[in-house]
Amino acid sequence: MIIKNLKDLEKFINSELASKIQKSVIENNEFLIEVNESDLIDVVRFLKSNEKCKFRQLIDIVGVDYPEHEKRFELVYLFLSHENNIRIKLSIKFQSDQNIDSITKIFPSANWMEREVFDMYGIKFKNHPDLRRILTDYGFKGHPLRKDFPLTGFNEVRYSEKEKKSYL
Amino acid sequence: MVKKTKSLNLNFGPQHPAAHGVLRLILELDGEVVEKADPHIGLLHRGTEKLIEHKTYAQALPYFDRLDYVAPMNQEHAFALAAEKLLNVQVPIRAKYIRVIFCEIGRILSHILNVTTQALDVGALTPSLWGFEERETLMTFYERASGSRLHANYFRTGGVNQDIPLKLLEDIEKFCKSFPKIINDLESLLTDNRIFKQRNVDIGIVTKQEALDHSFSGVMLRGSGVPWDLRRSQPYEIYKDLDFKIPVGKNGDCYDRYLCRIEEMRESVKIILQCIKKIPKGPIKSVDGKISPPNRHDLKQSMEALIHHFKLFTEGYRVPKGNVYTAVEAPKGEFGVYLISDGSNKPYRCKIRAPGFSHLQAMDYLIRGHMLADVPAVLGSLDIVFGEVDR
Repeated sequence: MIIKNLKDLEKFINSELASKIQKSVIENNEFLIEVNESDLIDVVRFLKSNEKCKFRQLIDIVGVDYPEHEKRFELVYLFLSHENNIRIKLSIKFQSDQNIDSITKIFPSANWMEREVFDMYGIKFKNHPDLRRILTDYGFKGHPLRKDFPLTGFNEVRYSEKEKKSYL
Repeated sequence: MVKKTKSLNLNFGPQHPAAHGVLRLILELDGEVVEKADPHIGLLHRGTEKLIEHKTYAQALPYFDRLDYVAPMNQEHAFALAAEKLLNVQVPIRAKYIRVIFCEIGRILSHILNVTTQALDVGALTPSLWGFEERETLMTFYERASGSRLHANYFRTGGVNQDIPLKLLEDIEKFCKSFPKIINDLESLLTDNRIFKQRNVDIGIVTKQEALDHSFSGVMLRGSGVPWDLRRSQPYEIYKDLDFKIPVGKNGDCYDRYLCRIEEMRESVKIILQCIKKIPKGPIKSVDGKISPPNRHDLKQSMEALIHHFKLFTEGYRVPKGNVYTAVEAPKGEFGVYLISDGSNKPYRCKIRAPGFSHLQAMDYLIRGHMLADVPAVLGSLDIVFGEVDR
């Protein structure tokens, strides 16, 4: 079978990964699958290395915060297959205290993307080579894209004309 | 006798003319050879994504101008497409042409800046003087259509803000006729220039496989010989009716990427000329009053138009629940927007996929083993703009 469109892909993924798929939908002409966070590494490895899928490029990792859900965080991995000219969205949902496996071993470009998710949401990744903050300032506290982080932040910087320096 | 060596840490930037903005690059040097590069980004972080979560869809659009500020309309395009996909709005055909014309102008704007500043980084001053004059002309086109030279805020969900003024297309056509000569002039300064080639050929080589592994897109991917362009492979707007070529590099070095950009400018000129020839008359934004504001005349005559106008500029429009990812071929690569709507008038989450972020990430891998003097050359060919990297 050659994968030509989303329907083929859905059929193929559901037959190959049947036990791991929690949910699969085609919506707005896009294909999304949901898996358990413990299966993440296996599924990502399958998507990348399978001869038919060929999702060789990781486009982005999107963190989402749903404070009212029991599983508070969602991560959406966006993949692209150049050969099949098809995209897939892989989603995992988990509680705020859970650590997620890093996929940097499979996709080196996940490094900064995971750092960004860590910076913005405070989600920790297991086996990440260098999990530091990336976009926020040195010594920044808090995780700005969480819904309970106020838009104006917690600190106000003030400049003292008298002492010619700024204070937190 | 054993000679003891110690590696030297060098802080490159954040205030360095060749850092293309506010990049702080920490280099570990062994003599003049770079052993490790650790880019520190985020000095231009403005929290765009957080701000967008607190704005209506119409208010969120101008933030996209401020990402990659050398090609603003290409970014707006990605967001407009995402909102349109969720709303399922049809864009009038004239608006599609206008969008494509301005996106291609954006591509030329960005490539002129990149090619000439890269030349500047390796020691050639003249190209930037010649190139920036053309950029100025292009920005006046932006200004005539949208009212601003840089932060256009011109695209809307369902079309563009206003129709282009009379004679603008004629002037753009005139420009398109004269601009190829400028590209030739730039090429005569650079392409066969011995110094330029010494600084760029075989520097920062990326193989096909590595380009894929590092999530490269745009010229960074095509320079390495992967024929991939979203305008061709996943066409949006009217790109599938247009005739253009996708330049592809061979060696994946800085010089091939430069050649790709030069060729892409020529192709963009061709695209614009085709659009000018084909552009039909007609409406320039969706006629759905729930999404597009009414015109001035209707506003003063019709009660319904007045209500729509009031609702649009106080509450904004509501977008149905769902999530979409739309990507456009921006000058720097695949620029994408992942939009989650919860059915309200504000995006629940808007993730911006900036091509420069992935490209800069590969800096360490690209520069390892090169000389210190190659750092500006590689950085220049990555085409980094910090507005989009830091967001």
